Amino acid sequence: MQLRLLSLYPDQMNIYADRGNILFLQHRCEWRGIEFEVTRCGPGDRFDPTEHDLLYMGGGQDRDQKAVARDLVKTKQASMRASLESGAAILAVCGGYQLLGESYELEGEKIAGLGLVDLKTVREPGPRLIGPVAICVDLDGEERILAGFENHGGRTRLGGASPLGRVIHGHGNNGQDGFEGVRQHNLIGTYLHGPLLPKNAWLADHLIATGLEHHHGSRPVLEPLDDDLENAAHKAALTAARNG
Amino acid sequence: MIRAKAWVARSVGRLSRATGRGGGTTLPGRVLLKLDRNAISSLGSQLTEGSTLISATNGKTTTASMLATILAGTGRDPVHNRAGSNMTWGVATALLEQKGTEGLFEVDEAWLPEVADRLHPGTILLGNLFRDQLDRYGETETLADAWAALASRLAGKTGFVLNADDPLVADIGNSSGPDTVYFGIDDPTQALAELQHAHDAKLCRVCGNNLTYDRAFVGHLGHYHCESCGMKRPQPQISATAITLRGMSGLEATIESPEGPARLTLPLPGLYNLYNALGAIATARQLGIPVADAVGSLAGMKAVFGRVERIEIGDVSLSILLVKNPAGANEVIRTLALEPAPIDLWLALNDRIADGRDVSWIWDADFEMLADRVGTVTCTGTRASEMALRLKYAGWPIEKTEVVVDAEEALDRALAKAGSQLFALPTYTALLDLRNLLSDRGDTGKYWQG
Repeated sequence: MQLRLLSLYPDQMNIYADRGNILFLQHRCEWRGIEFEVTRCGPGDRFDPTEHDLLYMGGGQDRDQKAVARDLVKTKQASMRASLESGAAILAVCGGYQLLGESYELEGEKIAGLGLVDLKTVREPGPRLIGPVAICVDLDGEERILAGFENHGGRTRLGGASPLGRVIHGHGNNGQDGFEGVRQHNLIGTYLHGPLLPKNAWLADHLIATGLEHHHGSRPVLEPLDDDLENAAHKAALTAARNG
Repeated sequence: MIRAKAWVARSVGRLSRATGRGGGTTLPGRVLLKLDRNAISSLGSQLTEGSTLISATNGKTTTASMLATILAGTGRDPVHNRAGSNMTWGVATALLEQKGTEGLFEVDEAWLPEVADRLHPGTILLGNLFRDQLDRYGETETLADAWAALASRLAGKTGFVLNADDPLVADIGNSSGPDTVYFGIDDPTQALAELQHAHDAKLCRVCGNNLTYDRAFVGHLGHYHCESCGMKRPQPQISATAITLRGMSGLEATIESPEGPARLTLPLPGLYNLYNALGAIATARQLGIPVADAVGSLAGMKAVFGRVERIEIGDVSLSILLVKNPAGANEVIRTLALEPAPIDLWLALNDRIADGRDVSWIWDADFEMLADRVGTVTCTGTRASEMALRLKYAGWPIEKTEVVVDAEEALDRALAKAGSQLFALPTYTALLDLRNLLSDRGDTGKYWQG
């Protein structure tokens, strides 16, 4: 089996150690004998949606993110939409998450996003939303916890889109409505960086299974791994969120 | 008025130390600033020879200590926050408790404008900006903007000493006026094979287009230019050539300046410490000290608290190296990679406020470089398990890695397993804990006496 990951803007959108997420996916595939391929896709590059099963985009500094927003719309919008419709897994974290929506606001300027999901990100008075966070998520009929860290100035409001989960500890999308992230088909957007996956191995495996299903047509049952450390790290992140 | 308030605050410091409640390196200043918000200005005005401020993401404490060593070599004894307490209250505490005619203060990156606006320093040395504790400091670009605004306010009144090799710092020279001096490394043989994967200065500060790097030495510090607007690294007046690195034991380099070449022997390791030394030498020159004298003094430089400090415990030699962000950690890792294998390690990852609550950064540091060289590994701290997890995914031998949450128990385990050397890599609060632990056990003196 083979999982083909597309890393979007790895040089621009990597502010919160986003490579940790990719490294985590890579090892968990390789330990199971699943071939793991990473393709980097930067400014100006186009991609063929049929050749990638899992798309990853992280967060960036404001200036980088603004340049990326323009480039995304110009060179990748159609492919992103095709990937979403074909059932590829998409994980967009922090700044990457904001770019999925219709628009986001930066220094009083409204910047167009991909318009892949019905949400927008605005600025409102008040401090950045920073701190450890835990949310309750139900992806496949079973409630689970995602634990991580958030650090965002923008407030995200969902239109018709469904949230990824509800906030147990922390701020979430806007610090008000109790929701965190977005979920549409196999796309997940979230403010939990951290990197998110090493602290939530179950989500990494969910993405791997979804990606393999995209490539090979059927959803495999993944071989279990020794996850003692992964579980301990999850617990420590959850404790940090609980203690605020 | 300031005298009465200062007396109260000093008494608090004495009480704090007498009751053994900690270093007293911040409490008197905190009390004083509560009593008088302008205390730094009033006490600072008593420094008749003026003051020097040092800021950077990495190397503040070491650079300030180097400059203090150089000044001491010429008989000068500045008021200096030498324990590394570098926010307003740390500066206030030093001003309260020490007498002198000149000031030497390391200042936290985010607090620099506040302290500088109050102290009106004669000289400011700016070393580098790396991503660090994004939950506290925000983006490097934001800090660079705040520094540039400060430089505009102080232009013509304050001299600036800037690292030419950091595009975020060198850009301050566009705001700081004519009294600006640059330092940098001019030895191409020391360049990294490739740019660090997540480096922090990708875009030109002038026009916003991509920077081109001819070479990089530490993180994004190197030789760069912008093809789009023609911006380029300023030519440094103080530079290092002919560099020889000697692992943990230090390095040698030739320091070029308008005064001619001088050969530096530095007993601290790594190019990051060479940058610290260059900053200290360039600043000392601004303060009237010839380069040859500064270079001579640095040969006798001792490590400072938790920065390549070495302590003998039984028959194990314990080296302590603070790690707190990816760029700093990578330099520590690069230095350790020159040590003979197997390398025994004690790593302590805390997520307290002073460490940064967000421990993401460990995934940006290149622990992979040591995977084939480690011996035994003990992880401790509030986020010990995530540290161990990072090492597992960096390819470190998981069967030789132990998680022991209690720091003292972890240290004993690590010492028992180690060969003749143990390397301790703590985050900031873990370093304070370790130092207190060692001093309680009689292994070292209390750091605030040091």
